[in-house]
Amino acid sequence: MSDLVLKGRAVKLGDNISTDDIISGRFAHLRSNLPELAKHVLEDTAPEFASRVRALSAAGAGIAIFVAGKNLGLGSSREHAPVVIKMSGIGAILAKSAARIFFRNAINQGLPVLLCDTDKIGDGDKLEINVTGGKISNLMSGVTLSCSKMPPIMSAILKEGGLIPYIQKHKDFVITG
Amino acid sequence: MGKTLAEKILSLKSHSEARAGDVVIADVDLAFVQDTTGPLTIRQFKESGFKALAKPQQAIIFLDHAAPSPARQISNDHILLRRFAEETGCRIYEVGEGICHELVVENFANPGDVIIGADSHTVTAGALGALATGMGSSDVAVALALGKTWFRVPESLLIELSGVLPRGVYVKDLILYLIGQIGADGATYKALEFGGKALAQITMSQRLTIANMAVEAGAKVGLFPSDRITRDFLKEHGRGDKYKPLSPDGGANYERVIPVNLDQLEPMLSLPHAVDSVRPAAQVKGVKIQQAFIGTCTNGRVEDLAVAAEILKGKKRHPGTRLLIAPASRQVLIQAMDEGYVRALIEAGAAILPPGCAACLGLHQGVLGDGEVCVSTANRNFKGRMGNPESMIYLASPATAAASAIKGEITDPREVM
Ligand code: SF4
Repeated sequence: MSDLVLKGRAVKLGDNISTDDIISGRFAHLRSNLPELAKHVLEDTAPEFASRVRALSAAGAGIAIFVAGKNLGLGSSREHAPVVIKMSGIGAILAKSAARIFFRNAINQGLPVLLCDTDKIGDGDKLEINVTGGKISNLMSGVTLSCSKMPPIMSAILKEGGLIPYIQKHKDFVITG
Repeated sequence: MGKTLAEKILSLKSHSEARAGDVVIADVDLAFVQDTTGPLTIRQFKESGFKALAKPQQAIIFLDHAAPSPARQISNDHILLRRFAEETGCRIYEVGEGICHELVVENFANPGDVIIGADSHTVTAGALGALATGMGSSDVAVALALGKTWFRVPESLLIELSGVLPRGVYVKDLILYLIGQIGADGATYKALEFGGKALAQITMSQRLTIANMAVEAGAKVGLFPSDRITRDFLKEHGRGDKYKPLSPDGGANYERVIPVNLDQLEPMLSLPHAVDSVRPAAQVKGVKIQQAFIGTCTNGRVEDLAVAAEILKGKKRHPGTRLLIAPASRQVLIQAMDEGYVRALIEAGAAILPPGCAACLGLHQGVLGDGEVCVSTANRNFKGRMGNPESMIYLASPATAAASAIKGEITDPREVM
């Protein structure tokens, strides 16, 4: 099977972006209306995020890639956090480290999260991500980054596009490798 | 080679030799959602094509986060949740019964259980020796249907507690101190396991406070061994038959051992907007506050209200400071009334909120205004957590919160005791 390769541009933010930053608890009344909820993505922390992602998507230069520092997604278990990131137009996430529930939730939503040294990526950099092989090429600087491996079961879930499609297909958890 | 607590429980529940780093599929003894994560869980459950729950009596919906509902959309989510409970026969705890984690501990959690909840503070039940952890809506939806989930068996850090807490210092100060030491990602993907000689003196209520905040260091779970204190707690809650002793093996492999001497601790606060930004009260005192909030799954139990009532008894809150108190459950409220704590608190000027999450997550019952400062006994002080990114939250023990309410500024509780 061929590798999953994504190309796009980085939208870079900093360390310790919590799920409250991504989608504040005060919008809980919108959680059954995801398109409305998604309008508030990172509203308090990076108000320009949504419009930048939209502009990148409109420019047609591949996907928008959310690049963060350490401990991305700390805090609440709300799966709405990766949901609104995905709905904003982000196609992949890179971070130095990610909180475990957020990491698992993003994969369950079919949104690739790869952990690597994001100091080597600048805002706006053009990147090529080999999700299957866990390699990132920075097409601006020429630097290649390798990512930490995820457990095979997570790769399998990601490959199916998330946990729900995975379960629809396999009807159960299947451990391989 | 010996096993850690996490390895022991996951071995038992996956019917395999589970070692740190392995991926296992484990039976789930209890799966639950609350009112802000439940609606998505239900939609995912249905989207997956599931109709029935694996274990309806071990599946629970809690209406606690926005309860009573402050908005029409949430009221409609509550309707959705109640309908799902009717359709599937799962349990449901209504508005005013209390916070999910407190009710899980009062009624369900047992040593050796695997518990998952669509709420990050599911780790609270680790105090009873349960492998309890938070997951997202999709994972809980699947676990509700299959009765199992997958885990990567975590490496464990051992926190070895010695000594005795000095007067005016509480386990909240201990866990804030520890998070300050190891950082908000210091235990990411790992289990925190608590041990050491001091454990015999640490009550179940205190263990719950500590386990609750394990996730603020990134941990998958904060585990306590099951011992005499666990046994007594289970007996008091009508589950004496569920007791079994559980402790890590000698020679278990810990990634790191962190000794903490309780004698050395002092009152601590976590400063806005990061839980691991921790300072001694002595360095923070004097900061003016407009609100003090005592409650939550961290510090909303009878012992916590007792500490606050003791300090506030016969005194008054500062006129410029609102004092909000939310008992963690109906049981807590009843007991706190019987003991006279509720009266003492009300006479001191407190507003008593219904059992539930109350002001903790910024939806209702205590949203802060622009520029306002709150001392809270909760577990998170992220920017905007209490409903307003232009406000500031300091985390502290119930004693520090009570003392600060009296003075209208952050206060070392030892000054008023
Ligand atoms: S009290 Fe606060 S931290 Fe605890 S479950 Fe409720 S909202 Fe979450």
